[in-house]
Amino acid sequence: MKKNMNKNYFEVLRPGINSTFQDNGRNNFYHIGIPFSGAMDNRNFLLANTISNNEINNPVIEFAYQGPKLKYIGENIFINVTGDVNFKIIRKNKNLEFSCYENIILENNDCLDILSTNRSVYGYLSIGGTFEIDYYLNSCSTNTKAKIGANSGEKLKKGQIIHLKNIKKILPKNKIEYLNSKIENIRIIKGPHFDYFSKDAIVSFFSDEFNVTKLSDRMGIRLKGPKISNIKNTNIKSEGLVKGVIQITADGDPIIMLSDHGTIGGYPKIGVVISADYDKLVQIPPGSKIKFKEINLKDAETIFKLYEMETQNLISNIK
Amino acid sequence: MIKNISNLGDAALYCDFGTEVNKEINRNVINYFNNLRYSNFLGITNITPSYNKLVISFDLKLTSFAKLKKQVENLELKKNNNSKNNLIKIPVCCAEEFALDIKRLQKLLKINEAKIYETFFSKNYYCYMTGFIAGMPFLGDMDKSLFAKRLETPRVKVPKNSIGITEQFCNIYTFESPGGWNIIGKTPVDIFDNKKNTEPNLINPGDTISFYPISKLEYEKKYE
Repeated sequence: MKKNMNKNYFEVLRPGINSTFQDNGRNNFYHIGIPFSGAMDNRNFLLANTISNNEINNPVIEFAYQGPKLKYIGENIFINVTGDVNFKIIRKNKNLEFSCYENIILENNDCLDILSTNRSVYGYLSIGGTFEIDYYLNSCSTNTKAKIGANSGEKLKKGQIIHLKNIKKILPKNKIEYLNSKIENIRIIKGPHFDYFSKDAIVSFFSDEFNVTKLSDRMGIRLKGPKISNIKNTNIKSEGLVKGVIQITADGDPIIMLSDHGTIGGYPKIGVVISADYDKLVQIPPGSKIKFKEINLKDAETIFKLYEMETQNLISNIK
Repeated sequence: MIKNISNLGDAALYCDFGTEVNKEINRNVINYFNNLRYSNFLGITNITPSYNKLVISFDLKLTSFAKLKKQVENLELKKNNNSKNNLIKIPVCCAEEFALDIKRLQKLLKINEAKIYETFFSKNYYCYMTGFIAGMPFLGDMDKSLFAKRLETPRVKVPKNSIGITEQFCNIYTFESPGGWNIIGKTPVDIFDNKKNTEPNLINPGDTISFYPISKLEYEKKYE
């Protein structure tokens, strides 16, 4: 091992529930069964790297619910946390509180404890620098199902060392004022198998509430609510899926496909979540209730443009 | 040819080539797939061929459904564009411990074990698509005498490298995964190699597969 590799590093004291390295994800491998992956909440991923003055696609650590507890050894380094996250830094036995969306200096022997995400799912840790991690098919994104990407395709593990490089000596505060808003109404566009379902089923799909169950992860969100009864066939010939597709299983329950989804599926697709609602959808924790609202393609495209403008505004208002 | 192009959400095209599952329709899908891969149309992020559909997803920041639809409709198709349709030979060990469902199949199909394997190994199979899990090939068509339903209750864990059959198709489980196909053997060959950074998958859509039997001893040798 090279000497300089040991200079700056994190030691994982507690890995958290589902902490992985993520970037923008991998393009163009659906046809061999490799999903897009990448950070679940794109906006918070982008903000994290923006605050660190990093390249847009720089790897971050994504965590869910409870994040990692990391001991830092090395020269001073800038870090920031994005999302709706509770965290503290333990410095010489003192607990120091900080806010999300601003650069913080981490000193030698500090302990960064990411306690929890508040009424949300995912948060991000970015550093002013780069994690020394492996890339696979042009991306570091860890996919624990195919066991590919950084960290040999695994979640962070207790006791492991994460080496850092290209550490930035100086960074501005780069504070962003941002409140993660919540949504309950998920806007969707009709899917290709809309007519597989009875009129009553469609009515209840758009008027009743669905519960987000615990069987939700980076692959998908499983919902429980009124059964969506199928009048044609509960199976189709397997075909391509995309992020946000809502399949109705043979049992009549909706599953929303998320970033690590299987690339093809054999259940009818009742609809697809619009791109502008995706970042907020993934942040809805189990136990929440959601409702679906139908909109048309043109409106979805306009809403996405507005969402993009909003993101750009946040970035240009950095203080 | 594409019968209809509709939108799958706001960031994907859903190209419908028909409802049947046959090689002719699938070759059409794969021909479009191969042409599109080298088309350099702005914003395409993924192209997923399946039996009779082609899903093209794109970056909504770079293009739109209307723009990309027009480009796909006007795409000039070149036959066999860069597609290399390989013949790949896959060894299969049918030892009892690997052929988890052979007893069930004998009862279900009312054919003895030897005949099941003789029929299975006598045919070449065409790869319609790969996916669901990384590298998993969907192969067909099985001889009609071997058409079998899925397991009533899917297995929670099908061992990696198992060969499964159901209805007109067979496949290879590239990872340990849940699954309901009838398992008739296991190959020592890794179909998806997650250590390889280029072309990690051995089998591509359009390829032809022939299986051949090997003994337990040969299986163990290949495994080393």
